[in-house]
Parts: sequence; C-alpha cells; structure tokens
Amino acid sequence: MRLRKERLRMTTPVLEPVGKSVQRVDMYDKLTGTAQFADDLQFGPGLYYGRLARSPYAHALIRKVDTSKALAMPGVKAVVTGEDFPTLMGLYLKDRPLLAVDRVRHVGEAVAGVVAVSEEIAEAAVQLVEVEYDELPAVFDPVEAAQPDAPLIHPKLSEYEVANFIFPEPGTNISEHFKLRRGDTESAWPKCTAIVEGTFHLPRIQHVPIEPHVAVALWEPSGQVTLWTSSQSPFAQRDLIAQSLGMAHGNLRVVSPYVGGGFGGKAGVTMEMYAVVMAQALKGHPVKLRLTREEEFIGTTTRQSLVARTRIGCDADGRLLAMETEYYFGGGAYTEYGVNIARAAGYSCTGPYDIPNVKGDSYCVYTNMPVGGPMRGFGMPEIHWGIEQIMDQLAAKIEMDPAEFRRRNCVRTGDTILTGMTMPPIDLVACMDKVTEAINWSKREKPAASHKKRGKGIAIMWKAPAMPPNPGSSAVLRFNEDATVNVEIGAQELGQGAFTVAAQIAAQALGVPYEWVRVSAPIDTKYSPYEWQTVASRITWSMGNAIKVAADDAKRQILDMVADHWGEEAANLDIKDGRVISYRSERELPLKNLVVYGLPNENFEGWKGGPVVGYGKFMPTYVTNLDPETGQGTRAVVHYTVGAQAVDLQVDTETGQVEILTIASAYDVGKAINPDLVMSQIEGGAVHGASTTFEALRFDDKGHPMNSDLVDYRIMTAVDAPREIHGDFVETPLEDGPWGARGVGEHVMVPTAPAIANALHDALGIRFNDLPLSAEKIFLALQDKEQKEE
Amino acid sequence: MTVHSITVTVNGKTEYLTVPSHMTLLAMLRDQLALTGTKNGCAAGECGACTVLIDGEPVNSCLMLALETDGHDVTTVEGLGCEDGQLSPLQQAFAAHNAVQCGFCTPGMLISAHALLQRNPHPTEDEIREALVGNLCRCTGYLRIVKAVQDAAEKGKA
Repeated sequence: MRLRKERLRMTTPVLEPVGKSVQRVDMYDKLTGTAQFADDLQFGPGLYYGRLARSPYAHALIRKVDTSKALAMPGVKAVVTGEDFPTLMGLYLKDRPLLAVDRVRHVGEAVAGVVAVSEEIAEAAVQLVEVEYDELPAVFDPVEAAQPDAPLIHPKLSEYEVANFIFPEPGTNISEHFKLRRGDTESAWPKCTAIVEGTFHLPRIQHVPIEPHVAVALWEPSGQVTLWTSSQSPFAQRDLIAQSLGMAHGNLRVVSPYVGGGFGGKAGVTMEMYAVVMAQALKGHPVKLRLTREEEFIGTTTRQSLVARTRIGCDADGRLLAMETEYYFGGGAYTEYGVNIARAAGYSCTGPYDIPNVKGDSYCVYTNMPVGGPMRGFGMPEIHWGIEQIMDQLAAKIEMDPAEFRRRNCVRTGDTILTGMTMPPIDLVACMDKVTEAINWSKREKPAASHKKRGKGIAIMWKAPAMPPNPGSSAVLRFNEDATVNVEIGAQELGQGAFTVAAQIAAQALGVPYEWVRVSAPIDTKYSPYEWQTVASRITWSMGNAIKVAADDAKRQILDMVADHWGEEAANLDIKDGRVISYRSERELPLKNLVVYGLPNENFEGWKGGPVVGYGKFMPTYVTNLDPETGQGTRAVVHYTVGAQAVDLQVDTETGQVEILTIASAYDVGKAINPDLVMSQIEGGAVHGASTTFEALRFDDKGHPMNSDLVDYRIMTAVDAPREIHGDFVETPLEDGPWGARGVGEHVMVPTAPAIANALHDALGIRFNDLPLSAEKIFLALQDKEQKEE
Repeated sequence: MTVHSITVTVNGKTEYLTVPSHMTLLAMLRDQLALTGTKNGCAAGECGACTVLIDGEPVNSCLMLALETDGHDVTTVEGLGCEDGQLSPLQQAFAAHNAVQCGFCTPGMLISAHALLQRNPHPTEDEIREALVGNLCRCTGYLRIVKAVQDAAEKGKA
C-alpha cells in the first residue's frame, strides 16, 4: 500500500493539536530530498566560490600578507585580507576581527579570503597567498593561560566593547570572571561530616552537524546585501555583521533555509562574515563559501575545554552544607560568545542542589585554541561532570544511596537558589522517581559474560536558558481566503521540531485544524518577524508565547467583526474547528472568506472587516543583572528545566570498551506540546551526550589539530549507540510558558556523561575525573587497579 | 581539462551528460542535474550523506567519478518514491516512527536502508545497524531509524 502525498499531509484533521503527537510539518520534504538546505540553493553561472587561507601558527604576529601571486592566477577574481576590514565583532564581547589583522591566535585562523570562478581554483590560489609571521609563545591550557605571566593573547582587551553583565580582566587572558558568594563557606567546612574534592578536565569537542557550514553572499551595487546561510541566528547575524561593517540593518538581508544540524555550532556568527566581505569585493556576484569537514573542526566553534576544581561537603544526615568551586573554561582565541557560557556556569555553579554556603568563581580564559562557543547545554554538561561524581562520592562516604542523597538535596519549587532567585515550579524528585523505576535502580544485574562488569549510575541536572535579559520573539499570523493560515516566525527549524510546534500552537490558539497552518519559511530577516536566536532551548517557550499572542490578536479581530455582524457580544463567541460559534445564540459561521473579504452589511449596504493579520510578541521583562561581587540578584534567569538520567552499562574488562545497555531519562517539560517530539529530543540528546563522553579534539604541542576528520574524531554510529532508551517526562506547568511549556532540547546532554561515569564506578570501583572515557584509559585503569590489589 | 560524454540512467531516466574527468558523481548529481537531495557532508566517504545506488548497490557518491557511471543505473533519494509523489513503504515507515530530525542524513539513510531491504528483506536489528554504520546521524540517536527499517521489513513480509 502506498500512502498518497495528500493523505500524509491532510489526514483526518487534528483539532486542538497541543499535547498531541502530530506529524512534523517538514516530514514529507525531508523524506523526498526536496527540503532545501543552504548548499542546495541555485545561483546560476554568475556564482563565484571563496576559500580561506589559514594560519599554520597558534600564536604569531602577521608581518606581511602578499596576495599578488594568488591574484595573478587565472580564474581568481579577488583576494581580501583583514587590512580591508579593520573592525571587531562579537555577541557579548567584541574581540574578533573579521579576518586576522595584525596577529593570529589559533591554528586555522583565517587570514585571507580568495574568490575564484571555481572552488578548485580558489583552493589552489589559497596556497599562493604568502604570509610572513613572527611566531609568539602560545598557551593552550586555561589554568596556565589565567596566570599573570602567561603570554597575553588580547593585549587590547581593555578597549573592547562588552555587555554590561560580562567582566573581563584586562592585562590578563581572563575574558570573564563571574563570582558567586552565598553564606559563609569558611565557617561551614568544620560542620561537614564528609567532604569530597576533585579536579576534573574536559577536552574541546565539536558539534559535528552532518551539514557543514555554508554561506552565500551577494553585495548588490546599490548597497543591498543578501546572505544565505545555514544558521540558528539569522537576526543575530544581521545585527552583528551590520554593526561591524557599519551598514544599515535594513540593507542586510539574511535568508536561512533548513539547518542540517546545529547544536549551537550554527549560533551567532561563525564564518558567514567571510562570505560577506568576499562579496563586497565583487559586487553583483554571489560568492559561496562552503567549509570542508576539516575546517568544521578548526574554523567554526568548538565546545570550550574546562578545568574544574570543586569541593563539596555535607553533614552526617547527608545535607549539603558547603561548596567551593573554580571553573576555568578554555575559551580559545576569541570568546565573544563563550564569555556567557562561563557566566552561566557561574550562576548555576552548584548544579540542581540547595547548598546554603557557596563560593564559586567561573572564568573564561583566552587560549590559542580554536574559537570556543555555544554547544548544546551551554556550560552545564561541563560543570555537571564533576558535581555529579562528587555527589556520588559524598553519598558513599555517609553510606547513603546516591539517588536518596540527591532526593534529599535537590532543588525544589520556591527554594531561594544560589543567586537569591526563587525557584519557579519544577519537580525534580518526580523525574528521579521515573528514571530509578525505569532502570530497576535497586536491582543488581548480571553482566553478559564473565569478563564483563555491569553497573548503574544516576545523575541529575538543571539548566536555564542563558541569554541576555531581553531576548525577544515575535510572530505574525496571516489568513488566506480559505482560512488556511500562514504563521510567520523568525525561529529556525534545526530538526528539533520548531516549525511543527509553531503550527500546533497557532492552530490551537486560533481554533483551526492543525492541517490549516503553513509555516512561512525559509526564515528571511526581510520578511520574517524578529527572533533573537534559536538557541538555549527557548523557542517553544518564547516563540510559542509570541504565536499565542498573535493568535489572540487575530481571533479578537474576527470575533469583533462577527459579533458586530450578529449583533452579539464578542465575549459570547469563540472559534472552534475553523468556525465562529456563538455560545449564546448557537449560530455558526465558517472562517472561510470572512477572514480576507470581511462580511457584508445587511442588504449589502457596505462591508465590515478585512484581511485578518495577527501580531504577537514576547520578551521576558523581569530578569535583573546580578551583583558583580556576589552574583546575587532578584532574578538571574527566566526559569530552569530540570531532569534526571540513569544508565545501565557493562564494561569489557579485556578491552576497556563500554557498552551502554539502557539510558533512562525524564525531564520536567512543563507541558509537552508534541510528546513524540519531546521523546525524540530525549532519545537523540541521550545518544549525543553518550557519544560526547567518548569524544575529544586532540592537538599537538604546537596547537595543530590531530583528528579533524570523521574517522579520527568518531561520533556514535548506529552500531555504537545504546539500543534501549526509556524517555519520559513530567509536566509541572511553567508560569509564563505556552500551556505551561518550557524547553528540553539541550538538557539531555547534561547528565549523560556523569551518569555513565557513576555507572562505571559502580561496575569497576574506579573514578574517572577526566574526559574522554576512552577504552584505552579504562583498560589501563583496570590494569592499574589489578596491580595494586595484588 | 578533459571532458567525457556519458549516458547514465538516473532515477529511471536516461541522461546524456558531458562531465570533466575529475568531477565526482556527487557533483554531477547536485550541480548538473540539480538533484540536491543527495548531500555533501564530508567529501571523504566518512559520513554517508551522499549515498546513492549504482545498479542497486549503495556507494558514497563523493568517492566515485561521474564518468564511472557511464552505462549504469543511478538511484537517488528523489527516485525512491513514486512519480505522483507517493512515498515508498520505507519512507512511510520513517514518517510513522518520526525518524527524521534535521533531515540532512535522511536521504543517505533511506538509500542505505533501501539497499539493505532489497538484498535482505528480513534483516535482524544487528544487520540493520550494521548496514547503517556508514551513515552518521547526530540528531536522532538512530533508535527510530532502526525501528522504521524493522517496521518496513515486517510490512514487506505481510
């Protein structure tokens, strides 16, 4: 039997789709190869291609750039260098030149852009760009880089423009220092029965979207610029690029079709500015820049490395009393986005625990590594790695079950949390109950063979959307003649299901079937309403609120018109199943036609109404800045999403190979707008988190990448991935979420690695403080343990 | 630059093309035939996003030269469904299991799974996972993709 296209799209109409697992709006296009991604757009024979000349040094002064030989190559149309664009760019801290100007700060930094009639010629000409460098001492480790005698990577840090909630320390490599002070840790330590401390190292890792970054720019002679990109942040790209080039925002149009995987790697500006400056040199010609897989690892963003030094103590009853921690994020060469990751790690530094005495210092530190940036979880996977292992160790010291220990200490609704903010409604204990049940927590399971060892582990998490205080969303709903409706948004579809959720929310709030809604895509800053960025798991909540307001606006216009027509009160009318109904007179009128043409007066003596267009916006207005010395303030963040994860695994003691048998996950999503999409995020996020437990970008002692390809940097395949994932969710409504919804896209990444580490300890009795958990590392640790025991 | 005239059947249609010696099959499909459903994820045979069928066998089109397809039969994701827009049973199973997120790996996944079901209509879970090992996905965790292929296989049995 073959399903007809029409049937797939127009099955039995779904009324009131919120809370139902309706099919994705993008399903058909993505199954047939017709969904367009940025590299699929056609630009005709006028298209030129760009390639970048990149630095071979981790840290060096640029003495001279000679482009003459490259320019002389047949087929080469232009070569641009940093000298042409002496301006800085950045989301929170403007520290990044468009192309390197007087120095390079990491291997792979772009120093010149070559444009030619083909990609091959551009690549060949890149080899002819001659750059004279004076190598400088480089620093790669964030703790070393934070020392006063470390080579200074940004001597002009004091001159950079910075957001008023970010605190760089000029004269050092510290681009952000967040301080959290609560209670008095000094006097709390003597009261602790058990204290555990540890130093934890996390390497740089990469997002590895299957779609590499691509950007096409066209600079028209009139000064109008269009940029087609694969982007989570079309509006932020417009803002940042227009600012740094000194152009009118209205003259820069960013168009972004489907994104082939983002995970934070396509947030902000990563490489799109190169295409714009190349296009400026060749007005009237679109210029395409498509990164190779190798460039993905060094020429976009990576997750920052972290060194965490953490000490936590509890009393004999297992109540947490004190925590001191230092987080050193290895920010890389430019930390324009990464500073806010260190800040988020600072104001959430305890993890999801109620600890009365806290001293936390979170630093973002420049290093001569690829640029650090946002990645799914935004600092939280990094800090939970250490915290969640210490919690297990504390529980062991006072002989308490680790799940019980967490139940006793985890954050609850109404708690005054570490920043002084009151915790909005959540139920973390319910999440823990679900995962411990799903994994048979108290039951010891047998390994599959005598050379294997089996163990279970648990970890819990919290994460707030980490953003400026005022990120806005807006939405427009436009009716068509037949009462199908276009929802216009600026949020991006990265695979998480944003477009589907947008259609569901629009349909529910308008009172029309789900199938009547069309999402206006691609996202285009010229036509789509404003959206800050598709990041931070904020879209269902923020965009959803804006769509609801837009629907209310459209609905009010319709009901006022019909109320007038019927001579009734609008308050007695409603829209159900695409029809205006009166609860009072029980009259009905289909939306068709009236939403565009309006309604005639009696005997056609004039008309009322007109095309219905609803507008809605949402912006949190209640977030406050925090005291720079203590991190205290009324409201640090909009809200937190919390959740729990449990892992059942076995380890092959002959190889050190870890086999994850089951992952159980439960998150408090407030309201699952589309339960199956929530489960998809939970499953995919669990595997993403598990995969990154075994991943690391490796560099030699000169800062050269050693595994920038998909054979040497392995991500989980269908064979490696866990076969059982028990996803689940709890629904404690968020006060200002649409139907109570809050985000869940990133959160599953957060506790996966520490849950695996805790399960490994349960299986082997060995603690691993450093990622990645390579088979080699586990095997050697097993041998070491065996020798000690002999 | 040497160019070659080739005759190749693509999704059931005969195409007469002129291709340079160094042009990959991937570039031919995307740039000459505008069949952009086949994706470029690594250009090195590591990610599987460019998988197509040559005479029914899955290959990474980024590693094959266009001129090597002279006289052969190429199937891309655009050729999996029917001309009137109907989805194949495998595509339907992907839809039913919500086995798609960003969709960038999906065309290659579908092609590899289609090839598996052609040569082995009743694969075990191990065989399915093995057949998809060359198709990387960062979004889904593979669970739903594997279930969709199992489901399509079972429906094929009935």
